[in-house]
Amino acid sequence: MTPGDVTRFCFRAMTGYPLRTSLMLLAMAIGVAAVVLLTALGEGARRYVAQQFTSLGTHLLIVLPGRSETVGGPPPLMGETPRDLTVDDAMALVRSSAIRRVAPIMVGSAPVSRSGRSRDVIVMGSTASLYRVRNLAMARGRFLPDGEVDRADAVVVLGHTLKNELFGNEPAVGGFVRIGQRRFRVIGELARQGESLGLDMGDIAIIPVASAQALYNRASLFRILVQASGREAVARAEQAILDIIRERHDGEDDVTVITQDAMLATFDRIFQALTLAVAGIAGISLAVAGILIMNVMLIAVSQRTGEIGLLKAVGAPGGQILRLFLAEAAMLSILGAAAGLLLAAAGQLGLSRLFPDFPVAVPVWAPIAAVGVAIGTGLLFGVLPARRAARMDPVAALSRR
Amino acid sequence: MIHLEVIERVFQVGDEWVHALRQVSLHVARGEYLSIMGPSGSGKSTLLNIIGLLDRPDKGSYRLEDRDITDLSDRQQAALRRHKIGFIFQFFHLIPRLTAAENVELPLTLAGIVPAERKQRVAVALERLGLADRARHRPDQLSGGQRQRVAIARATIMRPALVLADEPTGNLDRASGQDVIDTIEALNGEGITVVMVTHDPELGRRTRRQVQMMDGRIVQDTGAAHDTR
Repeated sequence: MTPGDVTRFCFRAMTGYPLRTSLMLLAMAIGVAAVVLLTALGEGARRYVAQQFTSLGTHLLIVLPGRSETVGGPPPLMGETPRDLTVDDAMALVRSSAIRRVAPIMVGSAPVSRSGRSRDVIVMGSTASLYRVRNLAMARGRFLPDGEVDRADAVVVLGHTLKNELFGNEPAVGGFVRIGQRRFRVIGELARQGESLGLDMGDIAIIPVASAQALYNRASLFRILVQASGREAVARAEQAILDIIRERHDGEDDVTVITQDAMLATFDRIFQALTLAVAGIAGISLAVAGILIMNVMLIAVSQRTGEIGLLKAVGAPGGQILRLFLAEAAMLSILGAAAGLLLAAAGQLGLSRLFPDFPVAVPVWAPIAAVGVAIGTGLLFGVLPARRAARMDPVAALSRR
Repeated sequence: MIHLEVIERVFQVGDEWVHALRQVSLHVARGEYLSIMGPSGSGKSTLLNIIGLLDRPDKGSYRLEDRDITDLSDRQQAALRRHKIGFIFQFFHLIPRLTAAENVELPLTLAGIVPAERKQRVAVALERLGLADRARHRPDQLSGGQRQRVAIARATIMRPALVLADEPTGNLDRASGQDVIDTIEALNGEGITVVMVTHDPELGRRTRRQVQMMDGRIVQDTGAAHDTR
């Protein structure tokens, strides 16, 4: 029999039993689609996080007060509270050649109001450097002015949402808002940037750090954002930060430095593991589909006992019957896998319509692996029924009608 | 053509051993028309299966066309069935999802004959059996007699030297049975050896030679006196 004859024969066998064939194709298709879609979701989540991190700025290091290292031994009895990070700490970091820019960050919540409309938002105190460090973009006006860090100018930059809430369609730049007890002049408006790391940059007001210190009546910083002078300088910058802060904090290592790359790498690992895990779970459904194929092929073999007997009588050797049934299992798997890929493509389209911000991305290996596993299980589980068919005694097979 | 020497065949049914064939020797010459008769359980179907290489004897030797086939492998036996032997069954054994033409084509396909030649040979065979207008019908759209004629077309499409028929009319009404027998006799007229199992004495009387079986033995053979080579 030529391959064309085998294909035609198997195809007729498949169309001859439409219900069982379509059920089997459905099972295979669901398995393949599950693998592809779930890995697409995992990969999408990974890319989403990566994208979020890069939107933070490049070569970024974050300095947090306090040591996050866990050490053995009992906790200190006398409260060993870390020293606060101050604006002076932040400014001292600029000394290092590995560090290009430093942006001290102070964060609190305060009511921002204008002509009777009030809104509780995050009011962030920082400096002009934040603009570059955080990759911000302006819609109108300008960002905080360069100049002395300890000047408590009464100027504010508004996030996109906040501006709309307070000013509506009126121009905001040049107007005034009240934050706490002080009046601040609006000098700029941030471009719409969406959310980053859970902080909505639309619903925010940014004021000079000295003004924020006055507003919140405290000197300690929430964190310091540091931009290294280049990608290769990140490690040196990290060391420089630790050295400078230790020197300023009486020899105590009481800050934590997180590099963007380290965070990214960690999240990357987590999401890769996650993707593999969901792919594995989806793979189980493929194995189930494989067992289903075995089941249905076994039924097919006993259903078609007479046919097998006849094939033997007209001179088909056992090997040929084995190949016929294997080919049928393989064709079912291939068609099911193809249907699964179509289903996955449709699902992917649907997902990207529903969640346009979420980068649903199918990793290249996923469909290949899914189809490979589908065909593999189909063949593997097809062997047993095919062998049963090939070894059937023709006399017994023919005596059954 | 067929030389069976002291064939034994034993089956195990439950705990019992059943002697289906005991010391059966049979010689059939080329072009003979022979019927094997006997009550059910007499071993006539087993004998036919052994002649058709669907079953192997436990003892004895079988030569087909001067070739000892007792020790042939599965593949070699399949090849012999493919090229030398055509089967006609009581229940036709047509593949229900295939059309009449495709059923007839099956042995040609298995033998690896090219499609163009297959189509042509199938068309000729169906035409000869008066089934040309039924070529695209599936078995369930055919009458019993038509189904058996499709099966005969399938059995003869490879131009075998030997046709084995197991109760070919057993499942047909009288008229279609007569039709089928006429067809089989026409095949024999072309020189094909026909061995037919039946328990219909009227049918048996039509054949030139009759073999009677009982309890696994040949009890009477009208042609045993023939000079068989």
